[in-house]
Amino acid sequence: MSKIKDAFKNGKAFIPFLTAGDPNLDVTKELILAMDKSGADIIEIGIPFSDPVAEGIVIQQADERALSAGTTTDKIFNMVKEVSPKCNCALAFMTYINPIYVYGVDKFLENCSKCGISAVIVPDVPFEEKAELAPACEKFGIDLISLIAPTSKDRIETIAKEAQGFLYCVSSMGVTGVRSKITTNIGEMIATVKKVSDIPCAVGFGISTPKQAEDMVKYADGVIVGSAIVKIIAQYGENSVEPVSEYVKSMKDAIR
Amino acid sequence: MSKGKFGVHGGQFVPETLMNAVNELEKAYNHYKNDPEFIEELDTLMKEYAGRPSELYYAEKMTKELGGAKIYLKREDLNHTGSHKINNVLGQVLLAKKMGKKRVIAETGAGQHGVATATVAAFMNMECDVYMGKVDTDRQALNVYRMKLLGAKVHPITTGTQTLKDAVNEALREWTARVEDTHYVLGSVMGPHPFPTIVRDFQSVIGKEVKQQILEKEGKLPDVVMACVGGGSNAMGIFYDFINDKDVKLIGCEAAGLGVDNPKNAATVANGSLGIFHGMKSYFCQDEYGQIAPVYSISAGLDYPGIGPEHANLHDTGRAKYVPITDEEAVNAFEYLSRTEGIIPAIESSHAVAYALKLAPKMSKDQIIVINLSGRGDKDVAAIARYRGEDIYE
Repeated sequence: MSKIKDAFKNGKAFIPFLTAGDPNLDVTKELILAMDKSGADIIEIGIPFSDPVAEGIVIQQADERALSAGTTTDKIFNMVKEVSPKCNCALAFMTYINPIYVYGVDKFLENCSKCGISAVIVPDVPFEEKAELAPACEKFGIDLISLIAPTSKDRIETIAKEAQGFLYCVSSMGVTGVRSKITTNIGEMIATVKKVSDIPCAVGFGISTPKQAEDMVKYADGVIVGSAIVKIIAQYGENSVEPVSEYVKSMKDAIR
Repeated sequence: MSKGKFGVHGGQFVPETLMNAVNELEKAYNHYKNDPEFIEELDTLMKEYAGRPSELYYAEKMTKELGGAKIYLKREDLNHTGSHKINNVLGQVLLAKKMGKKRVIAETGAGQHGVATATVAAFMNMECDVYMGKVDTDRQALNVYRMKLLGAKVHPITTGTQTLKDAVNEALREWTARVEDTHYVLGSVMGPHPFPTIVRDFQSVIGKEVKQQILEKEGKLPDVVMACVGGGSNAMGIFYDFINDKDVKLIGCEAAGLGVDNPKNAATVANGSLGIFHGMKSYFCQDEYGQIAPVYSISAGLDYPGIGPEHANLHDTGRAKYVPITDEEAVNAFEYLSRTEGIIPAIESSHAVAYALKLAPKMSKDQIIVINLSGRGDKDVAAIARYRGEDIYE
């Protein structure tokens, strides 16, 4: 069983996201350790990209801050290598296909495996294009996370059947970002998945409050929170370890 | 399985949220492109609304001055809205209408595609939102007002480099948010499948007409067909019908900005490398980590860090050649064509004219060059004046 699937063994999983290098990689390292201690089950580490088309403005700005601070993929690998032996939870990368493709797919996934990364989430690689990454993921033992969206409909079963690690259920139309209300019928979406696969389902996009998280885990096996955390990091910068820890605790407590 | 490949290029690298939309678009397109009613409707619009066919004009004075090959200009600048963009927009908006969409969105660089989309949306009763980089809304202010006049909402984009690339990012984001009732009228032969194919097909009318017109006038095919290339829609449109005519050289003119050795350029084939961005595998200007480069060109329409996947493949196979043209060369060509032929070309199209100025004198008098004059230059007059140090009010 993969480290990712393990993360769902003890109740509902909380999956926080942060952008590597925002505000700098030293702080990112501290934040990862603090999130791990505060109850994160998987931490999603974003490799910043110049043109993140699936992100709302909050994470776009985090990517811009990280890149202007001089963050590169190699520096992120070095940071993860140091931090991963100290983490209990699983670590995943979230980025776009271009940074992986240009770095070299094999080299990238080999480094992932050496640094203690268990999975990659690449929102601009849909089911039809996963051959770009799947063989190398297989070779180096990295889970390639699949996504389903409110528009997926008849695609859900096909995607779920081949999904690895966990299935990322996109809660809303549009890009990442805090939403006051989630209107998609998540229950129905997940029921469709469970008909064909026992893969854990984690819901992401738009979730920010403990109440929303609690509502989501009525159906889902976990929740993913990005923009709400990135906002705290944007506000507190180098002093964000404390408030982020508290936030992660409150979210994990809400879904326990 | 990956679809829409041109050699290794192309594909559908978009978020899952958009996958059913691109699949539905492909299905609808495959149906309507063979539907006699759709074909006739589009044909009538092309004739009566856009003013097709556009003329193939023999630039006699230019030919004589340069003293080499005979030069013909394909007058896409004479189309309604002033560029080739209308060809694709008429096709796509009609298709969107048939698909039951209520709203269209578009990205635009120079504003020509935005104007064309706003125009067609107006008379087809569609809601229209256009995304345009803030740098471009500033340098193409006239087109911004034209779009407003036509009833479209223009959204200036202040993220990233605030140019065409960022406008595409934002249009893609907006499409993800409202994919059910909205069609994204992509303006070039780029993006995820089926866009590169759809846009090429709607633009291929240019090359088809050229072939017929040149055979009527000269009784033979041209030796060279050239066009400017940003994403590459006008070039693909004029190239497509000549791809199997191996003796016809195809030349795409890229924007080299301040020069290919200067970081301020947008010459994707000259300086780019293989990558995957904006839905497609192709060549992109980028760094060693795959971060997209902040490109530059005086021409807002060519100020884009990528190139359509079919062009990337034409480059790989050697069927077409891509050459860099600097700002200075393009501006010189802009002025040259204005005073020589009395035709003010778009600064984008001026990149193709600039290469003809270099190439024609080296060719013999019995040879023929066809330049795709993809748009008219009225929109550029103020910017060129500023380039020459004259501050005029639009």
